[in-house]
Amino acid sequence: MSFTPQLPPVAKLEQKTVIDLVANGKRIDDRTADSYRPLQIQVGLIEKANGSAQVSLGKSKVLVGVKIETGTPFPDTPDEGVLTVNAELGPLASPLFETGPPSEQAIELARVIDRGIRESKAVDMKSLVLLKGKRVQVVFVDIYILDHDGNLIDAASIAALAALASAKLLKAELKGDEVVYKPGLHPLPLNNHPVAVTFAKVGKTIVVDPVLEEEQVMNARLTVTIEKNGNICAMQKGGLSGFTQDELKTIVHLAVQKAAENRAKILAAAKG
Amino acid sequence: MPEPKQPEKLIDDKGVRIDGRRLDQLRPIKLEVGILDKADGSAYIEQGKNKILVGVYGPREAHPKHIALPDRAVLRCRYRMAPFSVDERKNPAPSRREMELSKVIRESLESVVLTDLYPRTTIDVFIEVLQSDGGSRCAGITAASLALADAGIPMRELVAACAVGKIQGHMALDLSDAEDKYGEADLPVAWVPNANLVTLLQMDGILTTNEFETGLTMALDACKTIHGMQQEALKSKYLVIKEVAEEREETEVVA
Repeated sequence: MSFTPQLPPVAKLEQKTVIDLVANGKRIDDRTADSYRPLQIQVGLIEKANGSAQVSLGKSKVLVGVKIETGTPFPDTPDEGVLTVNAELGPLASPLFETGPPSEQAIELARVIDRGIRESKAVDMKSLVLLKGKRVQVVFVDIYILDHDGNLIDAASIAALAALASAKLLKAELKGDEVVYKPGLHPLPLNNHPVAVTFAKVGKTIVVDPVLEEEQVMNARLTVTIEKNGNICAMQKGGLSGFTQDELKTIVHLAVQKAAENRAKILAAAKG
Repeated sequence: MPEPKQPEKLIDDKGVRIDGRRLDQLRPIKLEVGILDKADGSAYIEQGKNKILVGVYGPREAHPKHIALPDRAVLRCRYRMAPFSVDERKNPAPSRREMELSKVIRESLESVVLTDLYPRTTIDVFIEVLQSDGGSRCAGITAASLALADAGIPMRELVAACAVGKIQGHMALDLSDAEDKYGEADLPVAWVPNANLVTLLQMDGILTTNEFETGLTMALDACKTIHGMQQEALKSKYLVIKEVAEEREETEVVA
């Protein structure tokens, strides 16, 4: 069951400071409303994973590992591989996170990233089939939040795409019932590059890439995931209030622009 | 039940959909208020083949106590699908989809409930999907806001919800199960009319920014229609009560 979460007590004065700054066209970390925090992407840190990426978005830090293994396809998609996305909001990342089964925040995060990758058909699922209906390759995307300073969705989306774009795997073949791997790594085939862009409504102003302090005072949040041709492939609204129709139009257009900027950075880092 | 076969076309040459609707037409909607005895408030919605029952309890003592908030009521929401509500039996254990929907549905209702009037309590919304036919989260929100009103919980206004989607390259209102499954995109929207706020917005599939804007306008127009139906459903409950009261008055005079 989902219930209204208890936000950590933020002093009224601090709340007011954050809201007043945004209302005056400034932000608590000296950014403009439409700019991201500094973005750093490192790929290939985890040698045992097929692909990995660590992303720092300001002080938020996310590690994504991609593992590719063989398994069975879903009965309704016998000629496609399997993609699963999971997110861990471990207690080391924030005093707000606790151990135990995945929280609704973790489930939402994983499902929003999953939707972006799945709906844009980023991973070439047909290429993952070894034997139709019986054996396919399964792509696991595991999101590990290391440090939570706001906007985990975008940090995780960037890290997931960088990890997938830099993932390498051995060519697998079925000999009878056994899977044999041929030597020589090849890249995981990707058809699309979805990038999530998240906005927060603080007071009456829309800001991109909200920092934790802004998330704690925001009225609502909207994530728009944009695929490589500039179309929308996923959206998710969060937060206790909402957006007007005009605000939504503005957000969607800004998302297309911001996604293109971030996509270029991600693909450059994944190649490097 | 075996799943129905994929229809050859979702829209025929005359622009008519598989269930005979035009692109901008809602499915038939039936709303009823106050149909459960024990719940503080309840509502039932049929939208196409969707059959959804919502019960509201509260404001009541928070349980467990630690979830209570000192300055407002906690809104709790559970969206659940019955195992028999879909073609292939659904495992009754809560799925990740149900957990996500419970969250976004709660967030779509939070801004209209005057939670600050009841600190340290909970207001519980239980949405049971008895039969699912596409757009069940939206139908659930439409019924949930009626059930909250029926429970007498002070609210700013009712929330109405409706989905739009893309089928065969056209934006279409209120997708059915088959249209959702074989269509290209789904865009569920919840709207608070007087505050002019979209409080639920999700999307999956591929939409151009223009298609999104067209779809959003279609969804908001439909929400206006549904909002009118909600008001009628609430009023009709009290018309029945009025009739009963008048009848009693008459018999008392005779006696």
